[in-house]
Order: sequence, then C-alpha cells, then structure tokens
Amino acid sequence: MTGTRRDIWRDISLAAQVLLAVVFFCAPWFGIGAYWLGVLNQVGLYALLALSLNIILGHAGMFHMGHAAFFAVGAYTTAILNTIYGWSILATLPVAGLAAGFFALLVAAPIIHLRGDYLLMVTIGIVEIVRIALVNDIFGLTGGANGIVGISRPVIFGLRVTKPWQFFYLIWGFIAVTALLFHWLENSRFGRALNFIREDSAAAEGVGVNTTRYKLMAFVIGAVWAGFVGTLYASQMRTVSPDSFNFWESVVMFMIVILGGSGNQKGVIVGAFLVVGLPELFRGFQDSRLLFFGAALVLMMIFRPQGLLPPKGRTYKLPPEACPASLGRARAQDPETV
Amino acid sequence: MEFFIQQLTIGLAVGGIYALIALGYTMVYGVLKLINFAHGDIFTLGAYLGFTTLISFGLNGRVGTGPAIAICLILVMGLSALAGHIMERAAYRPLRKSGRLSAVVSALGVSIFLQNAIMLIWGAKSLAYPADLLPQVLISIGGHSVPLIRVLVFISSIVVMVGLNIFINRTRTGMAIRASAIDQGAAKLMGIDVRHVVAIVFMIGPALGGLAGVMVGISYGQISFSMGQLYGLKAFTAAIIGGIGNIPGAMIGGILLGVVEAFGAAYVSAAWKDAITFFVLILILVVRPTGILPERVAEKL
Repeated sequence: MTGTRRDIWRDISLAAQVLLAVVFFCAPWFGIGAYWLGVLNQVGLYALLALSLNIILGHAGMFHMGHAAFFAVGAYTTAILNTIYGWSILATLPVAGLAAGFFALLVAAPIIHLRGDYLLMVTIGIVEIVRIALVNDIFGLTGGANGIVGISRPVIFGLRVTKPWQFFYLIWGFIAVTALLFHWLENSRFGRALNFIREDSAAAEGVGVNTTRYKLMAFVIGAVWAGFVGTLYASQMRTVSPDSFNFWESVVMFMIVILGGSGNQKGVIVGAFLVVGLPELFRGFQDSRLLFFGAALVLMMIFRPQGLLPPKGRTYKLPPEACPASLGRARAQDPETV
Repeated sequence: MEFFIQQLTIGLAVGGIYALIALGYTMVYGVLKLINFAHGDIFTLGAYLGFTTLISFGLNGRVGTGPAIAICLILVMGLSALAGHIMERAAYRPLRKSGRLSAVVSALGVSIFLQNAIMLIWGAKSLAYPADLLPQVLISIGGHSVPLIRVLVFISSIVVMVGLNIFINRTRTGMAIRASAIDQGAAKLMGIDVRHVVAIVFMIGPALGGLAGVMVGISYGQISFSMGQLYGLKAFTAAIIGGIGNIPGAMIGGILLGVVEAFGAAYVSAAWKDAITFFVLILILVVRPTGILPERVAEKL
C-alpha cells in the first residue's frame, strides 16, 4: 500500500513542512534583528492563544469571542503572585492556568447552553466585565487603569530569559509542545466528541454524548491554556494593564482561527502570521495600513470562506488483516482509487 | 424623587438611541442571521456626515436651525443607506452561500475598514458639534424640568420606531421582510425577491443608525471615530436582550438597557456602568436564553 502517487506527495509535503519548521527555528541566527524577532514572538503569543481558542471555536463550534478574559486572568495571576508575593514566574505558570480554568468553569457553566450568537454576545460581555473590573482595581490587587509593573523574567534551569531570541525559543517551543498535545487531544475520544457536537449537537446528545460536559471541558481546557499564555505574556512584557485585554484582542484571536482554518492547527498558526505579522510588513503605510487590512479580510473571506487551510477531516486506515480481500484487490489494480 | 426622574429621562433618551441602532442589527439578523459588526461604524459615519453637512458646509447658518437639522437628517439617512447598500453588495452578498463565521469575519473587516476610513477622512481627533445648536432650555413635564434635547431625542426615536412598525406591519414590502425573516426558502417560493428584501433591510438599518449618530452628536456634542464600537456593542446587547430578529424586541431592549444603565450609573457606580450593562445581559439570558421576546422559531432537528 506504499508507493502510490498520493503517498509520495504526502511525504514530500511532510518533508517540506519539517524543513520549514527547522529553518524557522533557526530564525534568530540569521540576524533578523530584535524588532522582527519581537514581531515573531508577538505572532507566537497570538498563535498560542488562537490554538487554545481553536479547541472551543474550531472543534466544539462554540462562538466564543471572549478569550481575552481568560488570557487576562492568567496574566494578572502571574503579575500579582510575582510582584506582591514574590513567586518565581515558573511557579506561577500552573496557578495562572488553573485560575483561568477555574474562572472559565465559573462563568461558562450558566451560559454554556446558549445558542450561537447569544453565546457570542455574552462572551464579549464577559471580556468587558473583566476589563472594567481590572480598571476599577478589583480586590485592590490589580493596580487599576495603570496595571501592574515590574514583573520579573522567567528563570528556566537557572537561565534567565531576557533577550528576544531567548523568548523566541521559549514561546515557539511552547507552541511545539502545545501543538503536539492538542494534536493528540483532537484525535482522542474527547476531540471526536467535540466535532460531533459541532456538526450536530442534537444527534450527539441522542447517541449519549454528554454535550454540556464536553462543551464545558473544551472551555476549561482552552482557558487553562490561555492562562499559561498569560504567564508568558506578563513575563515578556514585564507589565500588564487592562487595555491589553479588551474586546478587540478577543476579536483578533477569533479572526486568526476563522481566517487560518478553524479546526486545523497549521491553519491557525498561518492565520496568526497573517493577522498579526502581515500588518507589520506594511508599517511604511502608517495610518492607512489598517484600512487595507480591513479590506483584505473581506477579500480573503470572499475567496476562501473556509479559511486558508481548512481541516482535511479524519481518515482512518484499515489494518491489512481487517481489509476485505475484494477491496485489497481493487487497490492493487488501480492505485488511484480510494 | 427629582434625581430619580432626571436619571429616568437620561436613560430614556440614551435608550431611544440604543433602540434605533439595535433596529439595524436586529433587522439584518432577522433576514440573514448575520451579526453586522460594521453597523456601529455606520452609526459613527452618520455622526460625521451630520457634522460635515451641519457645520462644515455651514447649513446651520444659512437656513436656520430647524430646517438645517431636518435637511441634515434626510441627507445623512440617505447617505448612510447608500453606504449600507454598498457594504452589502461588496462584503456580504458574495458570502451568502458560505458559512456564518466567514460572514462574521467579513463584517469585522468592514468594521476595521470603515473605522480607519473615517479616521483618515476626518482625522483621529474627536470633533465637537456646537453646544448651542439647539436652544439649551428646560421644559417642564409634570412639575419636573427636563432639558429640551433629551425630550426631543426620545420623542423622535419613538416616532421613527412607530413609523418603522407601521411600515413593517402594514406594507407589502414590510410583509416581504417579515416573510423572509421567518423562512427564506418559503418566501422565495411565494415569489418574494429575497435579494431585494436584503438590499432594503441593509438600507433601512444603516439609515436609522446614521440618524442615531446625528442625534448623539447633537445631544452629547463629542464624536470620535471609534465611538461606534461601544455604542454598537451596547445596541447589539439591546437587540439580544429583546430577542434578536424581533423588531419590537429591539425597541424594548434598547430603552430598557438605556434606563438600566442610567440607574446603574447613578445608584450603583458610575465606574461600573458598562459592566452593569453586560451583567444585565447575562442575567436575562440565563433566565430567558433567547431574550425577552424571542423569535418564534422551532429548533431544527
């Protein structure tokens, strides 16, 4: 069953992707400068956020436009634990994730049954409530409109991460781990259940999938990851303020997922490059670059409504012993079929 | 009591404006099931067009305040309707057959485009309508003196809404709009030109949004290129609270939201004003998941 033309193309495509990834991971050695490394780091953070949103929006199909709220909870957890209680950044990472996940569980439980656009509006509402709560210095810990400054850098195995290239490896390494984990998750029973719910939640319910529980789990997993990204963000910027977590940030994450191809991790990462990276290339146009960006969004949706790299759908290979003899013969005669 | 009445009138005036904008969201949603994120920016465009016709062209000084405002409103509504029509043709019609999420992103693209176009044309600084456009007089209602502007804003929004209701319920076009909102396929079979209906909806909505923009300019003075975002979100919230797709629902939702917000700012905390809006949204949706007056659509299985 090897050696068909399709298989060869797949191998070439895989090799090209590995090569691209290797070249990309060497980027800091090509002397691309601190500015562009900063842009790549920015792209990486958004890619991470979008990957975590992809679980909720892409796989479970819930219109969630409030991901910045979970991101904010994670970032502020790290900021508060680090600046007030003197925790190291690495130690705050799990707490930030847990805090964001717990917050998601708390706010999502009463609204998880809402249909499409109602959920979308409520999640926007949650982002705004969180932002206003941060501005109003809730619990006297968040520092009001100015936020929190003086967050320390992460120390990993005794190495202090300060330079852009160090952050580059931290962020993109985290992406690699995330992509692997989520790839496994997507193809697990959990991932299949989410896709079933997205395609037809009534049918899923009908065959015994506990839709509410799976939807909540998707929300919590996405939120935990957004919390982790919050830690990365806080320690990279060394400051957090409410303005970084407004409604618009959620919109950007949402656009990345849809534009890249919701449900496909590679698509989502490409989407992050497009939405966050591309406007940087047009810095020269200054004021009008966002004008073009808006028009480009419309055009991209007209020409690729399913996103740049839509998911291919699941394919399963029958093990040879389970393959009926007739099908096996048909394959052997005509390698182009199936 | 005096304080209560004053807050109530503030709330009713703002609520009227929210309701006008919410109508644009709800009509488009009713027919296309699309959240037109660019509607808030059409509202901003209306405010700026009003500024240009009234002040920059000096219409105000030439024909007197009353006629000037009337001409300005007609012009702005016409131009906003035109903008809405172009928007529909360019950004939404090609996407009619693709998924709903791609239409949402297209709408976000239009929103970014419009916001930046307005910023490039009129500048990034906020502009101010002159404060003496309408006489700053208080009129007395049942022993309470209330600024004239507030009363005018509320009454005119009510008049427009009653007019719209008559149009939707009594005319053939209105009937076509209602039919398309309930079931597009069936409407087509009955000989209704749904494309025409969509085009009309995308002119009425923006016209009302543009009108609301001028009303905000006249009553609050300051306008800025990004103001459509918050007004848009609030109005959309109002549409959802009322039950999206439902025209009377949008009116009730808008006015309710305006009043709740005014009381929230006055009695709870001004700093939490916008958060209260969204708390109310969540509370109402938790109790009634499809709003106060939900669309009468059975869940398709």
